[in-house]
Amino acid sequence: MILRLAIGSLFARALTVGMTVLAIALSVALFLGVEKLRTGARASFADTISGTDLIVGARSGSVQLLLYSVFRIGNATNNVSWESFQDIASRPEVDWAVPISLGDSHREFRVMGTTPEFFRRYEYRGGRSLEFAEGRGLDDLYDAVIGADVAAALGYEVGDPIVVSHGLASFTDHDDQPFRIAGITARTGTPVDRTVIVSLEAIEAIHVDWRGGGKTGAATPVEAIRAMELTPTAITAALVGVKSRLRIFTLQRWINDYPEEPLLAILPGVALQELWAIVGVAETALVGVSAMVVLTALLGMTAMIFSTLNERRREMAIWRAMGARPATILGLLVLEAMLMAAAGAVLGAALLYAGLAAGRPLVDAAFGIWLPIEPPNARELWTLAAVIGAAALASLLPALRAYRLSLADGMMVRT
Amino acid sequence: MSRPEPAPALAPAPRAEPRPALALRDVAFAWPGAGRGRGGFGLRCPDFSLAQGESVLLLGASGSGKSTLLSLICGIVAADAGVVAVAGTDLRGLSAGARDRFRAERIGVIFQQFNLLPYASVSDNILLPLRFAPERRARAGEGAAEVRRLCAALGLPADAPETPAGRLSVGQQQRVAVARALIGRPGLIVADEPTSALDAAAQDAFLGLLFGQAEDAGSSLLMVSHDPRLGERFDRVVRIEDIAAAERNP
Repeated sequence: MILRLAIGSLFARALTVGMTVLAIALSVALFLGVEKLRTGARASFADTISGTDLIVGARSGSVQLLLYSVFRIGNATNNVSWESFQDIASRPEVDWAVPISLGDSHREFRVMGTTPEFFRRYEYRGGRSLEFAEGRGLDDLYDAVIGADVAAALGYEVGDPIVVSHGLASFTDHDDQPFRIAGITARTGTPVDRTVIVSLEAIEAIHVDWRGGGKTGAATPVEAIRAMELTPTAITAALVGVKSRLRIFTLQRWINDYPEEPLLAILPGVALQELWAIVGVAETALVGVSAMVVLTALLGMTAMIFSTLNERRREMAIWRAMGARPATILGLLVLEAMLMAAAGAVLGAALLYAGLAAGRPLVDAAFGIWLPIEPPNARELWTLAAVIGAAALASLLPALRAYRLSLADGMMVRT
Repeated sequence: MSRPEPAPALAPAPRAEPRPALALRDVAFAWPGAGRGRGGFGLRCPDFSLAQGESVLLLGASGSGKSTLLSLICGIVAADAGVVAVAGTDLRGLSAGARDRFRAERIGVIFQQFNLLPYASVSDNILLPLRFAPERRARAGEGAAEVRRLCAALGLPADAPETPAGRLSVGQQQRVAVARALIGRPGLIVADEPTSALDAAAQDAFLGLLFGQAEDAGSSLLMVSHDPRLGERFDRVVRIEDIAAAERNP
């Protein structure tokens, strides 16, 4: 009955209560939304590469290796010799090994040389493979495959010519050997979107006339290059899959102890975690800000309760006359606050799901973050419970004032 | 006013040993907190009592200590000295929480106006005191039926119980307040100027209903008013100056 009366009292003040509930709902939706985005971004980040058991490169730091091999950020300090790669690829534990060669660019995008196997082996977001939005994979020596962002930014289409520049941010183009765009990959939300992929042999081919960082003499004709043996002497890194996951650590140790050359093998998942620990400071700030918004909404509710106390003195006197203790009055106000917060929390969650349903394709297309729509998890339910609990705590201030007023007024209020 | 038999549902104790419904002896009280609000205002009441089933009109102008006296009788505040006994129980011996419970169990209260929670249905308003008084709830029997009976007896429309109290006219609201005071047959009805918001004709009809129902329930009636014309229906008319002395100590 008390609950029914509390609800009746709230409905009687529908406008102010409604605004308060709406403020709480928006703040809750914001908080949950930030949480969703945060976990989505984190999962998306962790999903940048999957299906690869080890990444191998020259010895440096694991985060650095991950950054240049997967995110195309920074540079390799050293290369891995082709012999070392062959040694690793022929180990009994190894199922497959895909070499990648970095160092050249096209406009603001990196160029990566690899084997056609890359398109079969590279997986992201829990086992999704690369797909072609248009065209097909690498076939000819001078075929290039571009990522979705490259195509969108430069307006390229299948069949367009594309010239690779030597190095990064350089003015020297490999314009004697233009490529042709053979395919455009579908958007993945990974750095592949921002990469121009050519074959490993093509990387060799465009550097045939280069020795020690400079061009030598006249350009070798393309026909002559096509006839050459274009096995690379070195690669930047390699993605490796093992036959049995139990053997990952054996292989990793073997590579890290490789005597011919200082190498480093990292587990992508572990390195991603390390990297996220660095990037994650921003997410903490974001959560902090949205939590402040929730607190602000609850503060607004507290102010609203305070402002109505005076006009409700008569009502409190009626409760007291009927035998309600001052503690009942206090409980009534706290109950009302909790009802408002609960309504706000439920409405906020509903807003979030509506927003997710509407915004999910956009977020995926723009940022490659796939936000799952699923029933609220334990953490989210705890968040909602915490909002209701915080509302109860916040309402204690006006409720205690009502308590004192009802002690002083008793059942006699002069109206 | 004479009364043939107490209603059978009454609590058994008063019948065995006729105790006054209300007795004040050597009461002294002052509001705490000098200078602020009612602070410093005090009241002395050497002797006043109300027999079972008796109806008394207490006449007093504002500032005469009516509210303070009612607060003492209803157990909102406890006397500093003396005895305030309702149905034989000295309220001074009870804790604040026990006094609240006691009020809910034994006293029906009617205010001047704005008696009801406007957002609650008439039925919820009438049943509200029972929420805090299990014994009185047991005496009332089946709540919904009792609400219907009281509404009918007080001449409220048949659909009144489900109506939000705020939609009723002032006169109807006062009758709902009577129903709320009388549900579960408390031994004492305290009414504070209940007719002041009504016109003369409505006052008379209201008092008729109040007396009829109080008599039915076997309840004593203490009504406070400034209007001596209401006195003829009552067993006794008492001027507050004759029983209590208000004092203002700065």
